[in-house]
Amino acid sequence: MVETKDKIGAVEAPGWKPYILGIFCNWCSYAGADGAGTARMQRPAVLRIIRVMCSGRVEPEFVFRGLKNGADGVLVSTCHPGDCHYVTGNYKTFRKAPLISKFLEQMGINPKRFRLTNVSASEGAELTEIIEDFVEELHEIGPSPFKNKKE
Amino acid sequence: MVNSDEEPRIGVYICDCGVNIAGVLDNDELREYAATLPNVVKSERYKFMCSEIGQKLIQEDIENGEINRVVVAACSPRMHENTFRKATREAGLNEFLFEQANIREHDSWVHMRQQDDAQSIAQDIVRMAVAKASKLEPLEVMKVEVKPSALVIGAGIAGINVAKDLGDQGFDVTLVEKTPTIGGHMAQLDKTFPTMDCSACIITPEMVEVGNHPNINILNYAEVTKVDGFVGNFKVEITKKPHYVDQEACTGCGGCSDVCPVITGNEFDEGMKERKAIYLPFPQAVPNKFTIDMDHCIKCELCKDECEPDAINFDDKPKKIEKEFGTIIVTTGYKAFDPSDYTPYGFGRFPNVITGLQMERELSSFGPTVGKPVRPSDGKAPHSIAFFQCVGSRSFQPGMNNYCSRVCCMYAMKQARQYKEKHPEAEIYILYMDIRAFGKGYEEFYEIAAREYGINFIRGRAAEVFENPENNNIIIRAEDTLLKRPIELEVDMVVLSVGLEAQEDATVISRLLNVSQTADGFFMEAHPKLRPIDTLSDGIFVAGVAQGPKDIPDTVAQAKGAASGAASLMAQGEVEIEPYFSVINNALCSSCLSCVDLCPYTAISYDKLANLVTINKALCKGCGTCTAACPCNAITQNHFKVSQIMAMIDTAIPTR
Ligand code: FES
Repeated sequence: MVETKDKIGAVEAPGWKPYILGIFCNWCSYAGADGAGTARMQRPAVLRIIRVMCSGRVEPEFVFRGLKNGADGVLVSTCHPGDCHYVTGNYKTFRKAPLISKFLEQMGINPKRFRLTNVSASEGAELTEIIEDFVEELHEIGPSPFKNKKE
Repeated sequence: MVNSDEEPRIGVYICDCGVNIAGVLDNDELREYAATLPNVVKSERYKFMCSEIGQKLIQEDIENGEINRVVVAACSPRMHENTFRKATREAGLNEFLFEQANIREHDSWVHMRQQDDAQSIAQDIVRMAVAKASKLEPLEVMKVEVKPSALVIGAGIAGINVAKDLGDQGFDVTLVEKTPTIGGHMAQLDKTFPTMDCSACIITPEMVEVGNHPNINILNYAEVTKVDGFVGNFKVEITKKPHYVDQEACTGCGGCSDVCPVITGNEFDEGMKERKAIYLPFPQAVPNKFTIDMDHCIKCELCKDECEPDAINFDDKPKKIEKEFGTIIVTTGYKAFDPSDYTPYGFGRFPNVITGLQMERELSSFGPTVGKPVRPSDGKAPHSIAFFQCVGSRSFQPGMNNYCSRVCCMYAMKQARQYKEKHPEAEIYILYMDIRAFGKGYEEFYEIAAREYGINFIRGRAAEVFENPENNNIIIRAEDTLLKRPIELEVDMVVLSVGLEAQEDATVISRLLNVSQTADGFFMEAHPKLRPIDTLSDGIFVAGVAQGPKDIPDTVAQAKGAASGAASLMAQGEVEIEPYFSVINNALCSSCLSCVDLCPYTAISYDKLANLVTINKALCKGCGTCTAACPCNAITQNHFKVSQIMAMIDTAIPTR
């Protein structure tokens, strides 16, 4: 993938923490995030999660809108291949993901701001690692060039 | 009932959850913050929103007409969504006008030391929930029929109990077992701790009862190969493996086995005794019919000539059976840890190192040594035996399990006591990390083992063993952590107290049924405390060791629980399911048919003549894939509409 610097780069203020918007499927990933909570696995305070029943419900528009509104990163999390509660919903999301990245690139937005992961219901620890890793990467990329101007 | 064009008036209720939330977040601040959000007319805080008083707070506000939408900021909706929906419905408001903001699992519990950031995340979460609530629409719950039939997978002591309980209540039960006989591991055991009653004497009558039960159909030597449908109406395909012996005709006389020239190890006796290629796993097997093990059969057909009822059929083929079930109970049990790969203990290399299950068979009066344990190298009764605890359990070494298997301390002490009873002069050592005697009467059992039986307890895990080449004795190196010094010990025999592991095919079952596994491979319960036998897939229950290591009383308790869970669903005859299905607006549809191919349930059909796409809501399970894909926005998913999700995304980020 081509490295695209966000065209309108923003400067990282001291103490800045990235804002990550998560869109998680109910059966594996949302449950995994719940599991991380139950096990009190501490992670950087960056993630807010929107729940959908299956990652198949995720429209590319959700990702674009999240980034446009000023999220520094959007994380779509699905069940592992073969584990989707609705059989194949996640495969359809896997197919959409490269298109989303491509589109972001073409729009001059760093495609690394969008991530797709698989987290199962027992993988609270993995989720924590994913978040830590994403935060690190977002620190490299810097804050979103967009601001939420909505009231 | 509210109609959706009424202006939203939202009540926000913030839960302290004791200190779980309020210990990290400033809930007063959060309450004040929520009050400033659009459409919020009421903002409250309470210690425990899920308590009766908490629910009353919401209900009063609904009944007074103050609010027509509810947001509760508390734990995960996977925990209490149903509680609050019920409260909402009982107060006269459509339950789908409720939204839960998860500020516990997703915030206070994972950001305990980042209170400022946690607070702003809580604001974000509440703001998003309020935005979604403003867009919520009332929905009708769907009711589906629950067939009065249950599928029980795995016929050990758990499965047998589930089947018996459900069968006794008049439900139609199918009990599937992958081996040729029911009974599971419990049938292999000699005595059970701490009461020392005979295991076979407990389980064999139960096996016979289940075998003869008018409402229970046993499908032994069979596996579940396909599962479709949902709670109340599971469509299941079961494949029965070929026995190569007509099960109707076979009388169980055993003539065939007498003439069979092939000898191999009997699984039931953990390979300590041989069996023929045509065999009955053990004399009390249910059903008491023979099976040919084709992996070993040499097709000499001697059995065919011998068989009087002419039951042998070498052309037997796998049979597929299809049936519908209202509920499914998973009782697949465990597999004992295989110590062969753990080389320091020499299992498989040194004949006098055996596993706990092998010892159990040796102790059994219908086992390979008719109840008089001997050491495999010379067939003599060992004078000294050392038991190694936690083999495969409580270890972070690769290939081992981190968890405690819960039964090994007790079974080792039980076997030690049994041996001591027969050989009072014997020297018995138990090398342990700590003794976990947690059950009723267990601690007393341990006390007596140490005090009255004179069993030597050595605290310390064995490091490695060697064989004395002269007499096949086992030399043990270990550390006595109480004396704080290394020890060396020579014994006649070593018994490895192997732990319990998830079945090898647990992953297959997990995929077939859509039931998650925890990191250790056991099936995951819906809630560790409150719903330990439910799974997250409605209508599917799990009981016994399939859910995690446990002893027989706990297994039976869970089995009874699972049976009652399944029975209550089937007795009601119908169940409510979430109406999250997708609906299509044909006025917007361009008949591109993208959705038709995407639907995993073939719920979408296209009538060419009428040029009409329809979604069958009985088949639709509500994944929303079609909704996401529709280029004309003609499809919407109930409760997850574009407007509802976008409302969340648009309010997700605080204005800066
Ligand atoms: S349910 Fe998790 S991706 Fe479909």
